Order: sequence, then structure tokens, then C-alpha cells
Amino acid sequence: MAVMTAPAPVKAEAGVSPKSRRKIRDNLTGHAFLIGAILCFALFMWYPMIRGLVMSFQHTRRGVTTWVGWDNYVRIVNDPSFWVAWKNTFYFTALALIVGFAVPFFVAILLNEFRHAKGYLRVLVYLPVMLPPASALFLFKYYAYDPSEAGLFNAILTSLHLPTSEWMQSTTMTMPAMVIASTWMNMGGAVLIYLASLQNIPGDLYEAAELDGAGIWKRIWHVTIPQTRLILALLAMMQIVATMQLFIEPLILANGAGTQDSATSVAYLIYQHGFFQNDLNGAAALGVIMLVVLAAFSAVYLRLSTKD
Amino acid sequence: MTRTLISHAQLRRGRGRVIYWTLLTVVVVGFTLVFLGPLYWMVTGALKSGQEIAQTPPTLFPQDPQPQNYVDAWTQLDLAKLLFNTFYYAAGAVLFQLVFDTAAAYALSKLRPAFGNVILGAMLATLMIPAMVLIVPQYQTVIDLPVLDISLIDSPFAIWLPMVANAFNIFLLKRFFDSIPEEIMAAAFVDGATPLRTLWSIILPMSRPILGVVSIFAVTAVWKDFLWPLLVMPHPETRTISVGIYAFAAGTPQNVVVAASVIAALPTVVIFLIFQRNIMSGLTAGSLKG
Repeated sequence: MAVMTAPAPVKAEAGVSPKSRRKIRDNLTGHAFLIGAILCFALFMWYPMIRGLVMSFQHTRRGVTTWVGWDNYVRIVNDPSFWVAWKNTFYFTALALIVGFAVPFFVAILLNEFRHAKGYLRVLVYLPVMLPPASALFLFKYYAYDPSEAGLFNAILTSLHLPTSEWMQSTTMTMPAMVIASTWMNMGGAVLIYLASLQNIPGDLYEAAELDGAGIWKRIWHVTIPQTRLILALLAMMQIVATMQLFIEPLILANGAGTQDSATSVAYLIYQHGFFQNDLNGAAALGVIMLVVLAAFSAVYLRLSTKD
Repeated sequence: MTRTLISHAQLRRGRGRVIYWTLLTVVVVGFTLVFLGPLYWMVTGALKSGQEIAQTPPTLFPQDPQPQNYVDAWTQLDLAKLLFNTFYYAAGAVLFQLVFDTAAAYALSKLRPAFGNVILGAMLATLMIPAMVLIVPQYQTVIDLPVLDISLIDSPFAIWLPMVANAFNIFLLKRFFDSIPEEIMAAAFVDGATPLRTLWSIILPMSRPILGVVSIFAVTAVWKDFLWPLLVMPHPETRTISVGIYAFAAGTPQNVVVAASVIAALPTVVIFLIFQRNIMSGLTAGSLKG
């Protein structure tokens, strides 16, 4: 009997049970481990998020900051380059979705079928990802998109007896040319991710489809695509967000705005306002607009992709 | 090997075999041209003279190689300094990310302090914010840090600290730590190990693959980043390689710029080719599976 009642006084004496004391200690160590990351997030993510929103409603001149309501937004939207930039950005995103999204998927399907040279082909596709983007873009700018017939692309077109193009100097080819360069530079990552998910598809699904008489295209349509749907949806979303931020391609390939604003993008406009026109508030407002557009886009997209 | 779209048997027999080998040859040749071709063009193009590069039709080999372009690029653009800077920033970024992000992921996964899920949620929410949206207020923060009132311009911390705020890596690490059985942790605590000791001696040795992936991501992120270093490292002495080439391009002959681009690309390409087996398997295993 005495043995059973013995532990009780200890508990009462401490005031806090050992269990909850351990809990507090665990909490303290837990938060101690988190503190470095939390500080960095607070300083470089959470605080700038709020600050950007606040800045977009303010105006700063000679160190004096005043609240100006929607003024910055009105000014930004009334700027003619605002609409050109959005038109270009959407055009780029649409092209990049058609080319930059479909091509890596089919490349991955193709590579997954091969039993030979697989490693070599994977390395090849990933190689451009390892280049600094400035390196890759100068290569395209100076050598591939040279508007004379000495340019690589024009030389190929000439040898095939096709009409040449002025590429970056033409207003119509700027965007397609940027999509080609950007796809070449970036597709390796997507191909690797698709390859990993293609390898997870159970082989008997193809077996069954084949027994049912499904040809190659039907097997892709009814087995491959549904089985990789989640990854496809995720990468499509990431692709949209990434391409909407089109910046370095116009800056390096088209010297910024391109011929007659054919390369101006929303991101480039943010950079212009923020760091050249000394209009930080306008740049902040543009950032908020970009965020709202992307959020709306994602909401619609999520709705559509979860419906069926 | 499990079967894929087309069965093995079909590929090994008669017509299937012919198609397979034809297609494989076409793809190997085509991919080599598309992905290696431009690199060849870049390396040899930088050896050509200004006249030769403007010649139609273009020459396949440099007729009169001018290695001087590479020498000019190396000296005029001070590439040694730029390369050193980039390596220094990349190494620091790996270190800072590994220390702070693994600690945070470990806390969120194993120690589970109060409000842990709220904090994780607030971190993950930043993934939805495109980098371009925050560029102006982030820059404002860096030129005048709140409370401390110091500027990080031209300081490597302007690259290292924001790299820690990487929700994707914390999420990757947390998911990996989640898969380490709870019993191992409990056993360590019963033996009297502190949380730090458990992290160091038990969790980290088990997590080598994911730590490798995070390190690769950190290095490539610094190597490929452009706008942020352009803004926060304005001084020629502190520039990264990408920004340096861009800044010099305006007043430099094309061939010299391309020669500089080749030199800039070499370190990562060589590292990649040496470690490609590990990098590839690490990336595919660590990337969005399941």
C-alpha cells in the first residue's frame, strides 16, 4: 500500500507536473532550433510582404512619406506600357505552356522507353540547366539569333531554303525566340521529374491496356497521363508562376524592352519602376497587381484541376 | 525492369527492333546536336575572329583560332575574382541553409513545439509569392535592416540570409525527417541524449541523400540567380559571375563576352559531369515523389 501512494507527494510538491515541465523544456528547445529560420523568414519574407503592400499605398518624396490611397495603382494602370507588358507576359506564358510544358513531357516518355543510352540522354537534357543563365543567353543572343545570315538559326534556315528572320530585331519573332531559349535552358529539371514519376507507373496497366487493344497514343492518353496527373498539374502551375516572372530573357536577349516594346514584361516593368525611374511605390503597386493576378489564376486553375 | 509503354518483347522482335534502333539513333544524334551543339558553337565561336564570326556561311571549325579571346576575357573581366565571389556566396549559402533549415525542419518534424504548424504554414505560404513581387520591399529591407539599422549591400549576408528563408527546402527536409521512425528518437532520449546530440549523431547521418539534394539546390540557386545579386552586389569587386558578364557585355567585343560565358559555365558543367550519377539520382529521388 505504501509503495503505491509514494509518488503522489512529489507531484504536488513541484506545482507543475514533471510531464508538463518536460513539455515546456521541449518547447523551448524546439523554438531554439527554429529561431534562425524564423528570423530569416521574418526579415526577408513576411516583413517585405507587409511592407510591399503598405508601400503600394504610399508616396515618398525627399524622405517624407504620405498616404496616397490608390494613386500609385491609377498611375501604373494608366501607363501604356502596363498593358503592353501584360499582353507580352501572357503571350510568353501561353507559348511557354504549349512548348515548355509539352516538350519535356514527351521527351521524358521517349527516354523512358529506351533501354540504351539512357544515362547519356538524361545528362544531355540536364546540361543546359547547369549553365549560368547569362552564359546561355549570350550564346543565343550573339550566335543563334544573329539577324544576319551568319547566325546559327539563320544559317540552318538558309540551308533548308526557308526564309530567315531578324529574331530579336523583329517584333513578331521576339517572344517565340525567347520561349525557345528559355525552354532549352530550363527543360532538364522537368524532364527528370517526369522520368521519376513515369518509372512509378505499374507495368500491368500498360499490359491491360494493350490486351484491350489500345495503341500507343491511347495508352499514353488513358494510362500515362492519368497516372502522372498530379505531377503534371503541379509542374503546370509552377511553369505558369515561373514564366509570369519573365525577366532575364528580355533583359539580356532584347536589351530590356526589345524592338518597339516587343519584349517588355511585367517583371521588367517592376524592375524599371523600382530601380531606374526611382518609383519604388509604383513598383510595389505593380508587384501587388502581379500577385493578385497570379492568385486569381491559381484559384481558377485549382478549381478546374480538382473538378474532374 | 518493369514494362513501360511498349513491351520489351515488341521492341526485340522484327519490325519493332528496327524501329527501336532507328528511333534511338535519331534521338541520340538529334539530342547531341540540340544540347551539345550550341555548347560546341559557343566554345569554338569564341575562338573565331570578329570577321570569321560574321562570315556566311558560318565555319564549322575556327580557321585561325584566337585563344587570345579567352585570355582577354579572363583578364579584362577579372574572371578569377568573379568566380571566387560566386563560389564564396554558394559555399556560404549551402552552410547557412544546412544549419538553419535542417535545424528548423528537425524542430518541426521531431520536437513539434507549440505553434509549429502555424509557423510551417506561414513558411509554406511564401511559396505562393512570386519572387518578383517581393523584390522591391526585400531590397528596401536589405539597404536598411529594421531594428539593427545597418545596410547589407555588398555584404555576402545579403545573399546568405535570404537563402535560409526557403520553404521548399524546409518542407523537403521535414518530409524526410518525418519518415525516420519515432522509436529511434525515443530510444535516444531514453539514453539521455539531448535534442542537438540526437540531430547530430542520429538524424543527420541518416539524411545524407536529402542533405545532398538541398546542397545542390543551394549551389545552383546562387549560380543561376541574376536579379538579386545584380541589385545587392552593385560594386564590381563583389559581383557574381553572371552579373559581371552582363555588366561588361555592353562595351566588350562579342567574342570576348562569349569566351567569358564559356569560362563562367565551365566550373558547374565540370562538377556536374563528374558527379552526374549522384546528382541525377539525388535529384530524382528528392524531387516531388508521391
